[in-house]
Amino acid sequence: MINRNHVVALQTIVAREFRRVRRIWIQTIVPPAITMTLYFIIFGNLIGKRIGEMDGFTYMQFIAPGLIMMSIISNSYGNVVSSFFGSRFGKYVEEMLVSPMPNYIMLIGYMAGGLIRGVTVGILVALIALFFTDLRLEHPWIMLSIVALTSMVFSLAGFVNAIYAKNFDGISIIPTFVLTPLTYLGGVFYSISLLPEFWQTVSRANPILYMVNAFRYGILGVSDIQIQTAYIIIIAFVIGLFIFNLHLLRRGVGLRP
Amino acid sequence: MNALSLHGLSKVYDNGVEALKGIDLQVEQGDFFALLGPNGAGKTTAIGIVTSLINKTAGSVEIFGHDLDRETEKAKSCIGLVPQEVNFNQFEKVFEILTNQAGFYGLPLKLASKRAESHLRDLQLWDKRDEIARNLSGGMKRRLMIARALVHRPPLLILDEPTAGVDIEIRRSMWEFMRKINSEGTTIILTTHYLEEAESLCRNIAIIDAGTIIEHDRMSRLLRRLSMETFVLDVERALPEVVSIDGYVTRRVDSHTLEVDKPQDRNVNEIFELLSKKGIRAGSMRNKASRLEELFMNMVDNKMTERQ
Ligand SMILES: Nc1ncnc2c1ncn2[C@@H]1O[C@H](COP(=O)(O)OP(=O)(O)OP(=O)(O)O)[C@@H](O)[C@H]1O
Ligand SMILES: [Mg+2]
Repeated sequence: MINRNHVVALQTIVAREFRRVRRIWIQTIVPPAITMTLYFIIFGNLIGKRIGEMDGFTYMQFIAPGLIMMSIISNSYGNVVSSFFGSRFGKYVEEMLVSPMPNYIMLIGYMAGGLIRGVTVGILVALIALFFTDLRLEHPWIMLSIVALTSMVFSLAGFVNAIYAKNFDGISIIPTFVLTPLTYLGGVFYSISLLPEFWQTVSRANPILYMVNAFRYGILGVSDIQIQTAYIIIIAFVIGLFIFNLHLLRRGVGLRP
Repeated sequence: MNALSLHGLSKVYDNGVEALKGIDLQVEQGDFFALLGPNGAGKTTAIGIVTSLINKTAGSVEIFGHDLDRETEKAKSCIGLVPQEVNFNQFEKVFEILTNQAGFYGLPLKLASKRAESHLRDLQLWDKRDEIARNLSGGMKRRLMIARALVHRPPLLILDEPTAGVDIEIRRSMWEFMRKINSEGTTIILTTHYLEEAESLCRNIAIIDAGTIIEHDRMSRLLRRLSMETFVLDVERALPEVVSIDGYVTRRVDSHTLEVDKPQDRNVNEIFELLSKKGIRAGSMRNKASRLEELFMNMVDNKMTERQ
């Protein structure tokens, strides 16, 4: 089913996304580095010292995986939503629509773009974290696979957002009103075992909780949730969002009047 | 073999506008074809459906015998499109725009770069290859889009008003270029408001108005018909069943009405003389305005206002 033409088309999109991230690195790479450095200094260092231990780790060590994950989530999402919306807004999405490349190739291409930016920023934030504390790597394969899967989920979610967005406001509403709150409540800064029973249950409805905890498990070896559950939920999101996007592309929602 | 074949193509936009009302159209391989029509006639809509940029409401599209719905990839790879409005990434470099487009069609970078070079040279854009596309002039942007449409060597090139807003000199050179690639075998379909443009380039023509194809003919025949005036004669005595006058096309509308087509180089008096020889006397005569003529008058008017 996949032939050489498709592979070339995919390479073309990925290369173009890569160039885009590189070209506007001041917007794509620098801001998360600055924000995260501030988080490490303020929460990890200054406030963290007074908080003491969390799950048997210094507060800095505890939040480092959460902050890395937070950067991966917002940058994967942000890359796809702004790049694909930009191509709709500037009409150059038509270059792809007229071409014989199948929809799934286009989708995988943008997803790869989200992965590239998400992982690049993730590595950068991890390096920054190492200035402040040391991180072990308890389960490297879990860590890597969770990063990749989470980045896919949010790349695909960004694609949905880009399809439905009518203007530039439309690409910042979801990150501001949905993504950021869910991330903050997803156990980046605390272990949900600190919460009352009721709020623990509510927290478990937040998919980001599973991603952050699975990732933290990969690095520190501790988690508030079952790792298998995390995989099931994350993979279900990847598959569900992928299929939903294919459906939107086939119908031409937001692309073909 | 038809390069393009449309059957019962119709389009109703979400806002209820019926842009195409079931059109049929055939364009032969190797043809240079004009799709002419006033603003809002449905030209861009038809092209949009053929190039997968617009969803059709009903009907079918075949490109070199490949059904667009069933053999999508084959059908799509036969077409190159020069759209009416700029649709490349204004922040990309000229050269990259071409190699990306080639890549979407599956051309490996090495081949794509070679093609990009040759097309940019052909269209006098090679000097601009490293320029950010936004910095090109309007005419250059249009030529860039032509180069981009050709990068995968499509057998069918569709241009939606390629010369709108382009100065005379560049327009002439674009015409030359289109003639050249047509003579090398590429089928070309172009839409235009300018009869003059269609006349100088195209062999066949379809005229579309309000979502309907109202004419589809050889260019030469259409021009001959356009230069024809039709007169409607009310005759005093009942006409015979068959009326013919040498050198004129006539139509018997009813027993007392006769239509006569008059080429521009003939004289009305001659018609009267020939008729009276046959014992037919006309009581009154009027000029019949044809829909086609009206349309052209409108388009000519548009052109005048555009030029002012
Ligand atoms: N996306 C759209 N949504 C709703 N109506 C549309 C849309 N695009 C075009 N139309 C309408 O469909 C009709 C045909 O438009 P179209 O663009 O096909 O005309 P055209 O022949 O290309 O005109 P022009 O010479 O001005 O480019 C017009 O009435 C137009 O307003
Ligand atoms: Mg148009």
